[in-house]
Amino acid sequence: MASLIACPHCGPRPKEEFTVKGDAAIARPAADAGEDAWYAYVYLRDNPRGRHKEYWHHTSGCRRWLVVERDTLTHVVYSVSDASTQGGTA
Amino acid sequence: MSSFRLSKGGRIDRARPLDFTFDRKPMQGFVGDTLASALLANGRQLVGRSFKYHRPRGILTAGAAEPNALVTIGEGGRTEANTRATLVELYSGLKAKSQNRWPSVHFDLGAVNSLLSPFLGAGFYYKTFMWPAAFWEKVYEPIIRKAAGLGRATYEPDPDSYEKCWAHCELLVIGAGPAGLAAALTAGRAGARVILADEGFEPGGSLLTETAAIGEKAAADLLGETLAELASLPNVRIFSRTTVFGWYDGNVFGAVESVQKNTATIDPNRPVERLWRLAARHAILASGAEERPLVFGGNDLPGVMMAGAMRSYLNRQAIAPGKSTVIFTNDESGYRTATDLEAAGLEVAAIADSRAGAPSSWAGRAPVFPGALIQDAKGGKALTGVTMIKGGTPEAIEADALAMSGGWSPIIHLACHRGARPVWSDAKAAFLAPETQDGLTIAGSAAGVGALEACLADGAEKAGSVLRNLGFSNASPAFAPAPDTATVTKPLWYVRGAKAKAFVDHQNDVHLKDLGLAVSEGYGHVELTKRYTTNGMATDQGKLSNINAIGILAEARKVSPADVGTTTFRPFYTPLSFGALAGSSKGKHFQPVRKSPLHDWARKNGAVFVETGLWYRSSWFPKPGETTWRESVDREVLNVRKNAGICDVSTLGKIEIFGKDAAEFLNRVYCNAFLKLPVGKARYGLMLREDGMIYDDGTTSRLSDNHFFMTTTTAYAAGVMNHLEFCAQALWPELDVQFASSTDQWAQIAVAGPKSRTILQTLVDEDISDAAFPFLGARQVSLFGGKLTGRLFRISFSGELAYELAVPAGYGEAVADAIMQAGGPHGICPYGVEALGVMRIEKGHVTHSEINGTVTPADLGFAKMVSMAKPDFIGRAMLSRDGMVAQDRLSLVGVKPLDPVTTFRTGSHILSEAAAPSLENDQGYVTSSCYSPNLGSTIGLALVKHGPKRHGEQVTVWNDLKNEYTKAVLCSPVFFDPENEKLHG
Amino acid sequence: MRYSAFSVFLNGLRGNKGWQPAWRSPVPKNHYDVIIVGGGGHGLSTAYYLAKEFAITNVAVLEKGYIGSGNVGRNTTIIRSNYLLQGNNPFYELSMKLWEGLEQDFNFNAMVSQRGVLNLYHSDAQRDAYTRRGNAMRLHGVDAELLDRNTVRQMLPFLDFDNARFPIQGALMQKRGGTVRHDAVAWGYARGADSRGVDIIQNCEVTSIRRENGRVTGVETSQGFIGCGKLALAAAGNSTVVADMVDMKLPIESHVLQAFVSEGLKPFIDNVVTFGAGHFYVSQSDKGGLVFGGDIDGYNSYAQRGNLATVEHVAEAGVAMIPALSRVRVLRSWGGVMDMSMDGSPIIDRTHIDNLYLNAGWCYGGFKATPASGFCYAHLIARNEPHETAAAFRLDRFSRGRMIDEKGVGSQPNLH
Repeated sequence: MASLIACPHCGPRPKEEFTVKGDAAIARPAADAGEDAWYAYVYLRDNPRGRHKEYWHHTSGCRRWLVVERDTLTHVVYSVSDASTQGGTA
Repeated sequence: MSSFRLSKGGRIDRARPLDFTFDRKPMQGFVGDTLASALLANGRQLVGRSFKYHRPRGILTAGAAEPNALVTIGEGGRTEANTRATLVELYSGLKAKSQNRWPSVHFDLGAVNSLLSPFLGAGFYYKTFMWPAAFWEKVYEPIIRKAAGLGRATYEPDPDSYEKCWAHCELLVIGAGPAGLAAALTAGRAGARVILADEGFEPGGSLLTETAAIGEKAAADLLGETLAELASLPNVRIFSRTTVFGWYDGNVFGAVESVQKNTATIDPNRPVERLWRLAARHAILASGAEERPLVFGGNDLPGVMMAGAMRSYLNRQAIAPGKSTVIFTNDESGYRTATDLEAAGLEVAAIADSRAGAPSSWAGRAPVFPGALIQDAKGGKALTGVTMIKGGTPEAIEADALAMSGGWSPIIHLACHRGARPVWSDAKAAFLAPETQDGLTIAGSAAGVGALEACLADGAEKAGSVLRNLGFSNASPAFAPAPDTATVTKPLWYVRGAKAKAFVDHQNDVHLKDLGLAVSEGYGHVELTKRYTTNGMATDQGKLSNINAIGILAEARKVSPADVGTTTFRPFYTPLSFGALAGSSKGKHFQPVRKSPLHDWARKNGAVFVETGLWYRSSWFPKPGETTWRESVDREVLNVRKNAGICDVSTLGKIEIFGKDAAEFLNRVYCNAFLKLPVGKARYGLMLREDGMIYDDGTTSRLSDNHFFMTTTTAYAAGVMNHLEFCAQALWPELDVQFASSTDQWAQIAVAGPKSRTILQTLVDEDISDAAFPFLGARQVSLFGGKLTGRLFRISFSGELAYELAVPAGYGEAVADAIMQAGGPHGICPYGVEALGVMRIEKGHVTHSEINGTVTPADLGFAKMVSMAKPDFIGRAMLSRDGMVAQDRLSLVGVKPLDPVTTFRTGSHILSEAAAPSLENDQGYVTSSCYSPNLGSTIGLALVKHGPKRHGEQVTVWNDLKNEYTKAVLCSPVFFDPENEKLHG
Repeated sequence: MRYSAFSVFLNGLRGNKGWQPAWRSPVPKNHYDVIIVGGGGHGLSTAYYLAKEFAITNVAVLEKGYIGSGNVGRNTTIIRSNYLLQGNNPFYELSMKLWEGLEQDFNFNAMVSQRGVLNLYHSDAQRDAYTRRGNAMRLHGVDAELLDRNTVRQMLPFLDFDNARFPIQGALMQKRGGTVRHDAVAWGYARGADSRGVDIIQNCEVTSIRRENGRVTGVETSQGFIGCGKLALAAAGNSTVVADMVDMKLPIESHVLQAFVSEGLKPFIDNVVTFGAGHFYVSQSDKGGLVFGGDIDGYNSYAQRGNLATVEHVAEAGVAMIPALSRVRVLRSWGGVMDMSMDGSPIIDRTHIDNLYLNAGWCYGGFKATPASGFCYAHLIARNEPHETAAAFRLDRFSRGRMIDEKGVGSQPNLH
């Protein structure tokens, strides 16, 4: 993982300032989406070997939640954007 | 005869002698010496014993790859085992000791292992020591462990300090040899921010030992001029004594700088080592090349040395390796050493050149034997001679020194830390890393360039190209192009027919036959060979041995080295201390300390503090005469229930929540309803995880329509804040809601007990009578006649009539003092978290002892709080899975001993009365327990199967760890004032 | 060829020329009764027990690299059975019992060393949690002792007892816990399986899974198509990659866990010791290196390498626990890819495809589980029903709300 994350609000900052939550590729289902959809949201993961979107929180910085798109094999970071622009709810 | 110091020459300062000891023997060296060169100057070639066979070993190299000359330096808490003498800059007062020998390095009983060596081949231990089974831990393993290991570490704490830094640059140049200096100069002149890092105490690399002229200029002059120009450039920083040990993601390099490793008098105000994280836009790896040993019999005897190392000692420190030297070479390097030895007036007995077509340019005195091989070196604790095979016939040659060169392997360690694999090049007869990777370029002999001029040119040219890519369009190479005139010959992996052991990995005592055995037993994959024979697993990480081992494996498997491949290069390039990695984070400074704004108030009231996460919380407040913590806690509990008490609850997480959608937001993050919470009211809230388990609890108050104030538990304050921000920013960005943590801004004081209202009313300007300010009231209040504004909440964890008063942190101590003063006549006492814990257990209130991440609201009796009528909240969807609503889930009950004189502890398990102890019969466990002075008995909360249905059932509280088996009865978790009369009083 | 002191002696006299390969290098057959994907510890032990316990010997283990190149070759070698929950505890104790007789069973010295595992505690809450755990262990007959501060101090006087930020109050000890020479486990199982007829095929990467009529018929590999009656996955950190071949989404994330070894030292620490106030645990190998580790880096990764910040955190906790470590030098760090499950516990189960079996989700507890994992997986494959100690490791436990969550952190793999 990159030693520096380019926060869209703060610029490149050490990775230690951030907290990782996990998979950002799956949207939170509607409340009535049914058991399968919710099971998939809470428990199943694409876990790709390659390009992957992940939630990172700039905990010791601007405290914004970010979506970091990166490669899980090479650790290259492709993009970092604010989570609010991603449209989190299905 | 042994090594000695020549009367002149070298880069040492003979006017500045340095006294040191080796194995307690006083010796002297000079400024400019390493410990290794100083030992050689004192005639010490035997400096250690080998790992397995305890063979006598001498100094083999002059650098980081040294496998033999590992010594223990320093004393007491500064003891450092396994220190490579070749990298230690000599200083006055240095104390060094040899290792892995008993009783002495000269006479070592462990050498008997050499006689047993037929039975100690690679992996022998996997095939024996199996019977009788119990003997492994008792007999075999202790003997093996005692014999293994190298130096002995100290048990004393390190008295010195360490620090960590970041540094940023456009170009990081790793290695200040010819290519590195040329790159740094090129970049420096172009105006880029440059960091040039080198592990030595003197930058220069091979220029420090070079005697030949470069163009018109002596190497030393070129070095001097280059360093002077670099020093004059303000945009160039030279880090000497700095080893770049790892290449990490984001082009950050780890480096460690020796700050005070070259002195016996440590300045306590400065670190001994400094850890650097070097963030570079681009790096040039100019780490040079490692000379390969030749694998022949007795190639480990003291007196055998790498040819380049011998030359380095000769030219830098004026060390004569002995009286008469034999050169065994597969490369030009042997001739350079021979030239310089003869120039120093030393005898070269023979040059055995394994190449049949040896060069004819040799103009020295020594006889050259083309196509000759040294088959065996002779001697005991020192070299006495060699057997040379020339045209199939052996010939004995007397010599007390032997220089060997098997060619050069580029040092590509760092370039392979991020997944790149080395590729075998037949043209270069070497493994090369990709010359360019994202953020890293390899230059000079690390890239397989041979000749010195070509290395200078390569470093300059590559730096120019890198810099132009970085936008420094004016960058032009500081050195002109030069052809690589060095020749590459086919490697000689080993010499056949050796009588003595031919070592491949000197430090781990892996010899030629071990590798053959590994292949024949099926461990021929390079990684399996490594793991089976331990080749390359010593502290030098195979810097000398790996390439030879690959060549030997390739021959044994009848494939190319390309097909064998390398093992994985991993950090660290050279070992680095825990101290440097830990920096200042140790002892009391391991983690920061958080103190409540009421810390000093608590201390002056005699509090005993306890670590709670990073916080120190006041635990109890002993009074004179109280001898146990229980006495104090019992008194505090009884006094709060009878009169009043004051408790610091400032460590609870506090979050201000604003926005027109704040109520809607809270309604979604809590499982209970919050939408209609009236202004001026507090409500207990239960926050779930998305999987339906309880995450945290606390009270949230509505201070105005669009302003809420949330409290969290101490432990989960940060986590809840992150969670709320996640929900607001990632899940529901359409909601208008904002957060500010105010944990540190408010001092929060609980005042509890029947007299709490009377006491507080003397401070609070507003009417706080039950009618005006009933249970769960929450409002801003004026204090001390308008002098201060605070927030008052009528909430209770103790079950008493109670309030929490929040005031700005800086006023906390004064307000607490005022409450104590006002409460004095009413018998107020300070109480700590222990008493708070007793009172909450008496009331059956849960904490994270119960909310342990595996409980649902229903498990804790909160089923009715969960508002399934709400369309959505975090955790709603997962709550109805069958496992979450199963009848046999562990649920909250109270538990108390049948006989109040008996007791039990938290963590004990619950068994049905007559059930045998087994997992199947496990009914649950005690989550919290305490002695209740109000009930005169131990009481506890427990999570038990079918818990609420079993009130009245007799059980055994089972604590086998302490042999405590207590007869007890399950009951309601509310032990005290079940009708909440006191709360509403 | 049987290994013994005598065979070492005899071969030594004969110049060590008589040793046979520890396992064959067979050409894959067209068809096997069972194909196991993954030649790590779990795959090899599964093959061994299939042959030894269930007489199923027409078995191939397919390994894309060399055997033991996954996590069995890159861990911190610790074995223990100090588990809390009913779903886990009997399984790990079965594993411990298998460790205890393993070397004699497979005739390979894996240096199983029961040197004791101590988990330090620094607060009342941690002590209470260890009381609960120690009693759960004892309920199942597993050894556990709760040590007080003085006892720990007598055993390990060099821990920081006097200047610590979080003073040590005591420890939960399992004496039967300890360490094992990790590579030797893979080799011992490989040799034992091979001698019973199992084909171990290295450099054989599975590239796709062939299905007909809803059943697996075989696998395409870098060495061609190989048919099978049953297909058993044991691919650890690469489980998702293999499961993707049959469009099966798993409750698993792959994370990197770093581990470390110091330079070789004369005996320094006898036990396995785990810090309770930070992420650090350490033991000493028979070769003398201190083997230690900490927490996972925290982000999804298949890279087998980690970050410097995590290295620093581990060293900080190490020096906080043992101040004298400060002058000890760290030799090497490496990273393993962990198949982190959603509750921190593993999966040994059948799948939606009738003859496809799954063994995954070991988080960083896979090494100690190697014998029982193979034993129970072999049982499942052979009998089509779970072994009693592994019955809770079902794939559908998440949808059913029956998680086995030792740490109580929920579906957040980087916290397990």
